[in-house]
Amino acid sequence: MSLLAVEGLTKHFPARGGVVRAVDGLDFTVRAGETLGLVGESGCGKTTTGRMLVRLLEPTGGRIVFEDRDITHLGGRAMRPLRQELQIIFQDPYASLNPRHTVGRIVAMPLTVNGIRPPGGVKKRVQELLELVGLNPEHYNRYPHEFSGGQRQRVGIARALALRPKLIVADEPVSALDVSIQAQVINLLRQLQRDLGLAFVFIAHDLAVVRHFCQRVAVMYLGRIVEIGERDEIYERPRHPYTRALLSAIPNVAKLGESEGRIRLSGDVPTPMNPPSGCRFRTRCWKAQDVCATEEPPLTGGVACHFPEGAS
Amino acid sequence: MRPVGDGPYLQVRDLRVRFDTEDGVVRAVDGVSFAVERGKTLGIVGESGSGKSVTSLAVLGLHDPKRAQISGEILVGGRDIVGLAEEEVRHLRGRDMAMIFQDPLSALHPYYTVGRQIAEAYRVHHSGASRREARQRTVEMLGRVGIPQPERRADQYPHEFSGGMRQRAMIAMALINNPDLLIADEPTTALDVTVQAQILDLLGDLQDEFDSAIILITHDLGVVSQVADEVLVMYGGRVAEHGSAQQVLRRPQHPYTWGLLGSVPSLHGDADADLMPIRGNPPSLINLPSGCAFHPRCPHATNRSRVDVPELLPAGEAGHLVACHLPEPDRQRLFQEAR
Repeated sequence: MSLLAVEGLTKHFPARGGVVRAVDGLDFTVRAGETLGLVGESGCGKTTTGRMLVRLLEPTGGRIVFEDRDITHLGGRAMRPLRQELQIIFQDPYASLNPRHTVGRIVAMPLTVNGIRPPGGVKKRVQELLELVGLNPEHYNRYPHEFSGGQRQRVGIARALALRPKLIVADEPVSALDVSIQAQVINLLRQLQRDLGLAFVFIAHDLAVVRHFCQRVAVMYLGRIVEIGERDEIYERPRHPYTRALLSAIPNVAKLGESEGRIRLSGDVPTPMNPPSGCRFRTRCWKAQDVCATEEPPLTGGVACHFPEGAS
Repeated sequence: MRPVGDGPYLQVRDLRVRFDTEDGVVRAVDGVSFAVERGKTLGIVGESGSGKSVTSLAVLGLHDPKRAQISGEILVGGRDIVGLAEEEVRHLRGRDMAMIFQDPLSALHPYYTVGRQIAEAYRVHHSGASRREARQRTVEMLGRVGIPQPERRADQYPHEFSGGMRQRAMIAMALINNPDLLIADEPTTALDVTVQAQILDLLGDLQDEFDSAIILITHDLGVVSQVADEVLVMYGGRVAEHGSAQQVLRRPQHPYTWGLLGSVPSLHGDADADLMPIRGNPPSLINLPSGCAFHPRCPHATNRSRVDVPELLPAGEAGHLVACHLPEPDRQRLFQEAR
């Protein structure tokens, strides 16, 4: 049984001169304790998707089912008990912590808001959480500005863990951090995921980071999933041309000085206000044929392409 | 006439940049030396506060002399620009040397068309050029950096450009006077990876064509490995390691470089293994650790590392320089073991 099931999820934003089709019909599931990566470039809708999952944005269409309950349009009060099970970590560790609150108060907030009194008291629980994420529990009374970027992201993680959630949506949790700190936080998230059996929807533009964290990966392009599958399938045997191009574009220290077999896409991602007809990737795809402009390929067998790799 | 000297186009010797702040003296750059030849790319790698951007701003003469104290030599085409009058540096900037910033949106003026801004960059240094001539050169340059319909695009405003197109426009502006030195500070960090690949290819092509010296400043070792001939690794305002891209990225000898390489998630190798991060945080430049600035984070630090600042010394192969107290055989052995 899946912990989270998403069906036909859609978000359209009204804009001058039309609508922005930010997310345009997503289907995927996340099992308990599983990590799913949502990857793609800017404008692919990955952040919008994450915000809909935790009900920070109202979907235009489709369904979000969490533990067999339809939460698609659940209001604030009805959502409150579910907030305990569904948490989010943000990209910017500077903007997502209140600078006037102590770290203790910030991490305790989910407990106090939900009126939860953990055995041993709130302070004890908060100190346990700080320790769990590798912070000194004695720094309970310090303010966010006294911490470095990586430490602040740990505070955000401790806060997300306070209610013992089952699913965490992590939106680019390491992309604002220095390389050496990024690795520390990735290792921490991996360890917490294993130890606590947490499920994650991990949103990132960096495919290498996702590879080190996720069991399954969904690749998005212009509001749609173009390919979804097990990690090794996606990275070793990508079938959608866009997945191949994306992997090929990543500069890789291991390939120092090599340029063979590189795929270079031309042009930019088209605007989601006016996505191309048929397959949305066709305007940049080197395999595109007439059918790609007229028929949108459905997501079957993990890939949405009329001419996937490995098909005869 | 452009000053022509022997040897590398840019030579920086013992550069020091200090800022007096309320909290104390910040030694943002503390004795950095390097050289870049025409047609070659130097990658400067480091994390926040490593001094990599301050170094590049000093080369361009962009520090406010009232706030920054700069010493050392910066020879551009054989001419030392440290202490040169602002007016004279301004004359070099934009003509002999140009810069591409991380964020093209904040470097382009929102009120003027892209074409007008690029044409202005041309006319500032070509006082005899007519509007038409500048316009023609602008359109030609926009086309050269891969902007479709350059004639029409020149009349658009920056907000009408996508992120990748804006960065192309910035490159066009930087290259319109055919500079000998181009400094690119995180030029692709704000871009998507497929667009980043295009821009890096473009910079390489343009370098072949114009034979410029390029300094590429980045935190991304992948980007450096793709374009740099030489790599300079900075830490706490000093050079930790310097050598060819092969030497620094394939046979690194500084524990900090090992740490950076071990921190980067890879597309190959064991995805289930933990990454090998560097413990702790980058240091504050106001309160730099004694001795080797990296010692509090270094698993191999010795007593000497805590006291003496290590000199940047030749390490084995020609051109490879490392600032570390560990004896070289130990460094080679430790690196082999860590792999």
